[in-house]
Amino acid sequence: MSQYVLRRLMIAIPSLLGISVVLFVVLALAPGDPFAELATNPNVPPEVQAALRAKFGLDDPIHLRYLHWLNAMLHGDWGFSFVSRMDVDTLILQRLPATLYVIGSAQILALLIAIPVGVYAATKPYSLFDQVANTLAFVGFSLPTFFTGILFILIFSVTLDWLPFVYTTDIKGTGIHWVLEMIRQAIMPVAVLGLFQAASMTRFVRSAMLDVIRLDYVTTARAKGLGQAKVIVKHVMRNAMIPVVTLIALQMPAVFGGAIVTEQIFRIPGIGSLLISSILSNDTPVVMAVTFVFACLVVLFNLIADVLYGWLDPRISLR
Amino acid sequence: MLDKELRSMIGKVKDGRMDRRAFIKRMAAVGLTAPLANQILALGGVAMAEGAQTYKPTKRGGGGALKLLWWQGPTLLNPHFATGTKDQDGSRLFYEPLACWDPDGNMKLVLAAEIPSIQNGGLAADGKSVTWKLKPGVKWHDGKPFTADDVVFNWEYAKDPATSALTIATHRDITVEKVDDLTVRILFNKPTPFWADAFVGAPNTIIPKHLFADYKGSKSREAPTNLSPVGTGPYKFVEFKPGDLVRGQLNPDYHMPNRPYFDTVEMKGGGDAVSAARAVIQTGEYDFGWNIQVEDDVLLRLEKGGKGKTIYAVGGDTEFIALNFTDPNTEVDGERSSMKTKHPLFSDPAVRKALSMLVDRESVKKAIYGRAGRTTANFLNGPEKFVSKNTSWEFSVEKASKVLDDAGWKPGADGIREKDGKKLKLVYQTSINGPRQKTQAIIKQACQKAGIDVELKSVVASVFFSSDVANPDTYAHFYADLEMFQIPLSQPDPSQHMRRYMSTNVATKENKWQGTNFPRWVNKDYDAAILAAESEMDPVKRATYYIKANDLMFQDIVFIPVQHRLKVEAAANNLRPIISGWANETDNLHDWYREE
Repeated sequence: MSQYVLRRLMIAIPSLLGISVVLFVVLALAPGDPFAELATNPNVPPEVQAALRAKFGLDDPIHLRYLHWLNAMLHGDWGFSFVSRMDVDTLILQRLPATLYVIGSAQILALLIAIPVGVYAATKPYSLFDQVANTLAFVGFSLPTFFTGILFILIFSVTLDWLPFVYTTDIKGTGIHWVLEMIRQAIMPVAVLGLFQAASMTRFVRSAMLDVIRLDYVTTARAKGLGQAKVIVKHVMRNAMIPVVTLIALQMPAVFGGAIVTEQIFRIPGIGSLLISSILSNDTPVVMAVTFVFACLVVLFNLIADVLYGWLDPRISLR
Repeated sequence: MLDKELRSMIGKVKDGRMDRRAFIKRMAAVGLTAPLANQILALGGVAMAEGAQTYKPTKRGGGGALKLLWWQGPTLLNPHFATGTKDQDGSRLFYEPLACWDPDGNMKLVLAAEIPSIQNGGLAADGKSVTWKLKPGVKWHDGKPFTADDVVFNWEYAKDPATSALTIATHRDITVEKVDDLTVRILFNKPTPFWADAFVGAPNTIIPKHLFADYKGSKSREAPTNLSPVGTGPYKFVEFKPGDLVRGQLNPDYHMPNRPYFDTVEMKGGGDAVSAARAVIQTGEYDFGWNIQVEDDVLLRLEKGGKGKTIYAVGGDTEFIALNFTDPNTEVDGERSSMKTKHPLFSDPAVRKALSMLVDRESVKKAIYGRAGRTTANFLNGPEKFVSKNTSWEFSVEKASKVLDDAGWKPGADGIREKDGKKLKLVYQTSINGPRQKTQAIIKQACQKAGIDVELKSVVASVFFSSDVANPDTYAHFYADLEMFQIPLSQPDPSQHMRRYMSTNVATKENKWQGTNFPRWVNKDYDAAILAAESEMDPVKRATYYIKANDLMFQDIVFIPVQHRLKVEAAANNLRPIISGWANETDNLHDWYREE
């Protein structure tokens, strides 16, 4: 087992290096430059733009810039944002809480809906409940979040005036009032994102359950006279959850990476909106850092999923 | 009005034989606006009247929170590094200039004690120096006094190339010296009619010497105060999250009486203009929304029964179509649109003339800009005194067709006109932006009717407006026949703006397309007019030079002006913001209040 983990780790390091090279080259070759806005500003003479480019090393060849970046990164220096002249790690840490709170809550909401609905639908396939759940799930993942987001805003903010649609990190008040406000402003984004995720996850849970529910050992368990609830929870769900757990593990990076569209609609100052604004302003160090963190998380959670698999099914780690 | 007559009137006001109000009235009678009259007086040697005071609150504070929504939030808070107005707006909450501009283009005092004039000895008659008296008793937020040393330091800081300040152009050609603790003198190396650039307005606010002195030059990025400003402004810094939030609270020691009105200020960033308009106008979650570039019918819909409204400020921004005077399709020495080529179609003036008749400015206004646009024939649309009255435009497909017929451009088998084997096919590019794409469509349709084939191209804004040498799609490379955008006019003076199109500033491969004359138009008369205007101290003559420069562009059809664009903001119904077309939105924030 430990040898298996070690082997997986050894593979992870070169993949990360590879990813960083690809990211860096793609960003270096991408059109646009971080001083775009200066070009139309009559106050900024071309020499200043040139000096800034030189100062920030934008005129060096790509391989030198990459080695420089890698070296700094290994020393824990993430570089600084061209746009805000702030250290990239500070910038990311500022954005992380909002992302974790909103996107994390949405994931939890998705699970809370998907697992019971999926399980119940699978125990009674083609029943009325199953069909309704299926239809809703299809509708749910067919509607993009930018559509449902605006729909929610129009209904709950504009027409009913119940909820705010601008998310703010700066809520006045303390104690219970603060908590309530935090919850109130997160309701819409969490619902929009959570329902979208829940829709696809419900389908997944249902089919995983259906795969297991027909197996012989389940019939045996029933034949032994076990109650329906016990059979479902103890025998079916436990096994059916193996692929579901993997799916959730692989979605974890998304929780950290934020949901770009939803963050944009509700003005949530999360990683997703940081990424999009950095891309638009060609703030390469930030884009590089955010995408690299994202890549690391994908690799890490892949690793965890692999290890989990090995632990759940020892045959995998032997191969 | 006759030059002589005007001059004698200015003389009368100077001598006190005519009062200011009478002068302005007489000017209004001949179609000139009050601010224009004021400017003429100021530059004619009559002290400038201070902007009208409309501020009502009688005590400091008590106004609660002011919530501002900037759909592009500030990303840094040092005015010398500000890229674009959003950063200037953010740092302006805390830092202040010596003076700012009111909605009429008049100067308003901030840190200065009086407006320099020839009478008070502030302005040198030869236009080569200006002396500013500073307000006594002004304190930085940390309690240290604000003095002439701070002003001189800002000049030293910005002009040092190692600092990489984006305000370097304002500071490098001047000399700033301290006269005494509360007086500074700015020396120019030539007569400078527009003397109010350095230390005036939101782009040129003043940072404290005692906190930045150690971070001049190459260490400029490391200053901790880059992220937590200590200024002299109405609000003290509380919190900053780049792109997301700037927060400030009332400065109890503020140097203006009864100001500021609001106890706290919050500037939230992110999102888009439409939803910003909605949050201010429709739901009232925010008090003020910045730069609402939204089609007018959307705004009109939001305003029905809403909690806010749109407000407009007239500046000098022009949405224009530039014509390429060089050939974008022929490569000479590895360079397209080379100065060694001539545009094969536009070298025929008839084609340029026909094109200008095919731009239906009225329809563009009706369908897209609405209250935020005005039709115009001029490239230079402000300040008022520099606006030419000699020009006019008309839209007529028939007349355009006739011009082309007469010049020998005959429709071919495919309906597209041709002459000497050259077809009237044009590539028309712009940045991706809803109103711009709609304008493109309107113009393309008219061109089609007249037998001109127009291919539309749209480039993502971050590329189009970049200075990327390697990218052929930037506006400065101009590898197309036509291109449309606007260059904001950020000061109530056209000198910087008009200088761009001198023949010495042509954008070429040699200067890595950093030249500002992207139509690559060369006109000796234009160059001469601009140079003459730059050191002309007589305000009337100076305005004539810029009007002439504009008219030369009009005659040669270098630009086809599409709209004179107004600034559009969204504000809560009870908010009384002061917005100037000549200044940043937050430049007059100390005078904002809420009607109870």
